[in-house]
This record gives sequence, structure tokens and C-alpha cells, in this order.
Amino acid sequence: MPLLAVVALAAATFTFRIAGPLFRDRITVAPAAQRLLASAAAVLLVALAATSALTQDGGFAGWARPAGVLVAGILAARRVPFPVVVLAAAIVTALLRLAGIH
Amino acid sequence: MRMPWRTSHRELRRDVALVCLADGIVGVSFGATAVAGGLPWWVPVIMSLLVFAGGAQFAAVGVVLAGGSPVAAVAAGALLNTRLLPYGLAVADVTGPAEVSGAARPAGPGRRWLTRLLGAHLTTDESVAFALRHTDPAPRRTAFWTCGVALFTVWNVAVLLGVLAGSVVRNTAGFGLDATFPAVLLALALPTLADRRTCAAAGTGAAAAVALTPVLPAGLPVLAALGGLACLWRRR
Repeated sequence: MPLLAVVALAAATFTFRIAGPLFRDRITVAPAAQRLLASAAAVLLVALAATSALTQDGGFAGWARPAGVLVAGILAARRVPFPVVVLAAAIVTALLRLAGIH
Repeated sequence: MRMPWRTSHRELRRDVALVCLADGIVGVSFGATAVAGGLPWWVPVIMSLLVFAGGAQFAAVGVVLAGGSPVAAVAAGALLNTRLLPYGLAVADVTGPAEVSGAARPAGPGRRWLTRLLGAHLTTDESVAFALRHTDPAPRRTAFWTCGVALFTVWNVAVLLGVLAGSVVRNTAGFGLDATFPAVLLALALPTLADRRTCAAAGTGAAAAVALTPVLPAGLPVLAALGGLACLWRRR
């Protein structure tokens, strides 16, 4: 990942951050647009979670990783604290691999 | 009058500490994943300082580690961060310098600008959420800046620790480290799946992204998932 890409993402991010305080008298984000952006973010996060859980180099990533992520998802849906969720994913996946399930 | 203020200060510190602990673990996982995936150490470190947005950082690095182009990575990260615009509007009263009246000496213009830039940079899901818990200007400002400064410090230190851990631990798969990345994304996404339509859109998008992964160049399947947003316009 080139430095230019990191800087570009940082610049875009800061633009979104500073625009509100600078132009708060002049811009209003329509509620519909705000909802659409929120949905787009949700779609993107879930798609990234799914592809990074299930695939590796364009193929299936094996069973251990998605199993750990599934357990984490169930825990997160039950509002278990974040650190536990993240550790559970790693532990389940590691134990499955230790048991020979990859 | 003094007691509740002091109690709420203690509560604020406790809640901020809990959030920092959670994000610290995410930060370690981010740094370790990035380095273990083969990125140079400075990418996660500089990114955490300059971008300072966990979801977008994970998204961008995820796209790159999957073999995607830098353009796709920046697009995915930037799209996730569009939410910072409405956030900035919501807390614009506290991110800038305090409006002092009367005897207090106002800060010089240079300092006021620095405060404004810094405040904008500290705008995150967490700092905004803390600010929005209050309606009075003073506690609102305290909540925002306490959370923002603490989180910025913890996040960057945690990413650095993760980078160190990721370069020392060779067998990251053995520790299940690769599962923490999608787990974090899922945990971040779940609270945003507020209604049935967003769930349908996310489900459709994710299924499409996974199905397209073997055929499309890396990075594009995730962006193609945005087609799932069409579910939002389905008949009621």
C-alpha cells in the first residue's frame, strides 16, 4: 500500500471531519441521504466481514476462520463486551486448527 | 451542584477507559494483521495517526491484503468515513474553541485554528457518542475532548504494539489472528443493522461480494456489494 494511498485516505477523511464544523450554517444533510450513507457503510462492513471470513486468495478460506467469526457474531449480537468478542474469534479459530480442522 | 458534576466526571473517566480498552484490542489486532499480512510497519502506524478511524483503516488494509488496488482501498475507506460529515455537524459546537465571554481572555486566532483542526481530527463514533450524551455545553465539551484525546493516544500506542507483536509472532494463523479481523468488522456492523431493509441490503451485498470474489479483481467485490442497497427501494 503506497504512502500516497494512505495520505489520500487521510485527506478524504479529514475533509469529511472538518466540513461539518466549518460549514455548519451552510450545509444540511437531508435525512434520506444520511440514512443512505449509514446503510452504505453497513453494507460495506458486512461485505468486508463476509469476504475476509470466507475467502483467501480468491478461494475458500477453510472452516476454522468462519467458525470463529460466527461465534464472535453471535456474541456481538448478544451485546457481549467487545474485547471478549474479538478474543473469542481468535480462540475458537485457534482451537479448531489445533484440533486439525482447517 | 458539585457532587453530581464530580460523580459524572468519574463516570465519564470509567466509560472512556472501557471504550479505550475495547478499541485498544482492536488497535493491536489491526497493527498485527497489517504487518502479518506483509505490509511494511509504517503503513498501519502512519495510517493510525493520519486517518484515525478504525473501520476505514481495517477496510482499506483488508482490500489491499486481499490483493486489491490502492484506489479500491481508498474508495472503501473513504466511503465508510462519509458518516463523519453528519457527525461533524452534530457536534460542531464542541469541536472548535470554546466561545468565551466576559473576563476570560480569548485565545489567539492561530491557537483557535489549531483547536478547530485538532477537534475535527478527534471526531470518531466514540467521541461523538460521548458528546451526544450531554446537552449542556460544558459537560458536552469535556466528554468529547476527554474521549477524543484518550482514544487517539490509546489507539496509536495499541497499533504500535500490534505491529511489534505481528512482526514477532510468525504463526499468526495458529493463534487465530486472521479471525479477529472479520470479527471486528462484524461487531462494528451489527449495531448499524437497525432495520430489516438494511439487513436485507447487507445480506444481499455480502452474498454478492463472496460470490464475485473468485471472478472479480480483489477489492471490487466489496464495492460491488453496494448494489445490495437496491433492497432499500423495494416495495414496502
